Amino acid sequence: MNERSTVTSEAKPRFSEDALQQIQAIYRRYPADRRQSALMPILHLAQREFGGWLSRESLDYVAEFMGLPPIRVYEVATFYTMYNLKPVGRYHVQACTNISCWLCGSDAIMGALKNKLKIQPGGTTEDKRFTLAEVECLGACVNAPMMQINDDYYENLTVDKVAEIIDRLP
Amino acid sequence: MKIVYKNIHLANSHTLAVYQANGGYKSVVKAMDMGCEEVIEEVKRSGIRGRGGAGFPAGLKWSFIPKNDPRPRYLCCNADEGEPGTCKDRDILRYDPHLLIEGMIICGFAVGAEQGYIYIRGEFYREAERLQAAVDEAYAQGILGDNVLGRGIKFHLAVHRGGGAYVCGEETGLIESLEGKKGQPRLKPPFPANIGLYGCPTVINNVETLASIPAIIEQGGAWYGNLGVPKSSGTKIFAVSGHVNKPGNYEVELGIPLKTLLEQHAGGVRGGWNNLKGVIPGGSSSPILPADLCATITMDYEALGKAGTMLGSGAVIVIDKSVCIVRAVARLSRFYRHESCGQCTPCREGTGWLAQIMERMEAGQGTHEDIDLLLDICANIGGKTICALGDAAAGPVLGAIRAFKEEFIYHVEHGRCMAG
Repeated sequence: MNERSTVTSEAKPRFSEDALQQIQAIYRRYPADRRQSALMPILHLAQREFGGWLSRESLDYVAEFMGLPPIRVYEVATFYTMYNLKPVGRYHVQACTNISCWLCGSDAIMGALKNKLKIQPGGTTEDKRFTLAEVECLGACVNAPMMQINDDYYENLTVDKVAEIIDRLP
Repeated sequence: MKIVYKNIHLANSHTLAVYQANGGYKSVVKAMDMGCEEVIEEVKRSGIRGRGGAGFPAGLKWSFIPKNDPRPRYLCCNADEGEPGTCKDRDILRYDPHLLIEGMIICGFAVGAEQGYIYIRGEFYREAERLQAAVDEAYAQGILGDNVLGRGIKFHLAVHRGGGAYVCGEETGLIESLEGKKGQPRLKPPFPANIGLYGCPTVINNVETLASIPAIIEQGGAWYGNLGVPKSSGTKIFAVSGHVNKPGNYEVELGIPLKTLLEQHAGGVRGGWNNLKGVIPGGSSSPILPADLCATITMDYEALGKAGTMLGSGAVIVIDKSVCIVRAVARLSRFYRHESCGQCTPCREGTGWLAQIMERMEAGQGTHEDIDLLLDICANIGGKTICALGDAAAGPVLGAIRAFKEEFIYHVEHGRCMAG
């Protein structure tokens, strides 16, 4: 254990007890000699544990924790879009602009989000409350246009609804 | 005729109690009484073809698993629903997860797989929760585990969330991803039936395919085979999106006329049939059908293939006359550039070129030569890559130039859209 100040131990990523238990359950899903299969679920968990994104330090921690060469972790973390390699706001607002959503007015939805949050896609509000992203098809096309905020889908959007949804977030 | 969606409108349809109250898990028992060979024969007799996009006969796929092989066998369910326009599996996952689990137990039994994985797209977080709850319920009731329903058969099942990569919907990309790696597809052969997950024999089927299995076992392959049309048997869920009055997921028999699907199920084209410009019939990678063909085409593998497009995942994207086709294709090209895994040069470079040229075409800076260049790039991608993502990227471009070349020319000559 690190004996230095709590600041250091806070800055250094470390899985909580609860996460460690979840990891044991994750490992049980795969053959004992195929632990690398647990990498994606563990990265998802790490992202939740470490503030919604994965720093280089977090990736190194996961590599060390799983006994994998760091490159195995980096290449996975950089391949999949759901691993955030930069900090994101408390609410990660992801609006789909792919074909079905676009046909149903996603340009206006994206416009409303930009207006409301006063940021461009890729940006984060100064208070770190919102990050806005333009994303590819999220698989809710018959309820287009749609967006995802953190784990939840918001479907059949209208410009008015978007503002309301943002306002209602706790 | 509802087979896959028969339960989804029931209250609490996702629970084991409701599933069992409606006859759930009886097909597993029947399948075990029949024996594995007979189950595979029954699925072959049904003629069901893979519902994910490729349309490969499921029974045949199962029969490719080598017999008397000492290696463990695996079953993977492809729930990485990512083809733009497609959202049919999501309703199975969130409203009838036990139907999928039952289909997987039957398949696992038939091919001798004792471990199954459901690879679900990562963004479907709530759906994954539902699925996990259903898996937990099934374990608690002895439906999954070392002794399935007391029959001495072992079948374990785990939910594995993806990370947001379209290419993982390709079966070998999915396997790589499940092994904890980048989802870059593998060269085939060897096929997963021989060298799949962890180098072992593996069956990979789409959610909708597996969810159709309990009914095939219950009512027989011949019964299922009589639904639909020859070579395209059974029902299919069409996710109808875009410019219709009632977008939605509709389960109908294969072979239904597209016009009937749109008018009798999806509430008709916005602004009436005459306002239709075209339909992308099977997900974003299938070439678009212009309105005149839409009036007569039937929705089955053969008819759509003959028309130079495909049934794909059954995502029907309806486009009315207000839409600029060049702009629509530019959006899709951007998608494929984003999703190319980068492994094969023709796809990595080609999708980038397509996206760039489509972008400048849309911005009014394209030339007549660009149209030929687009065709040339498509020809240099098609069939020259490890997986089908490259062909998928070429599909919308080729289809649009074939059916709506005048809009491309208009863009070049006037620097703007013909429509909208």
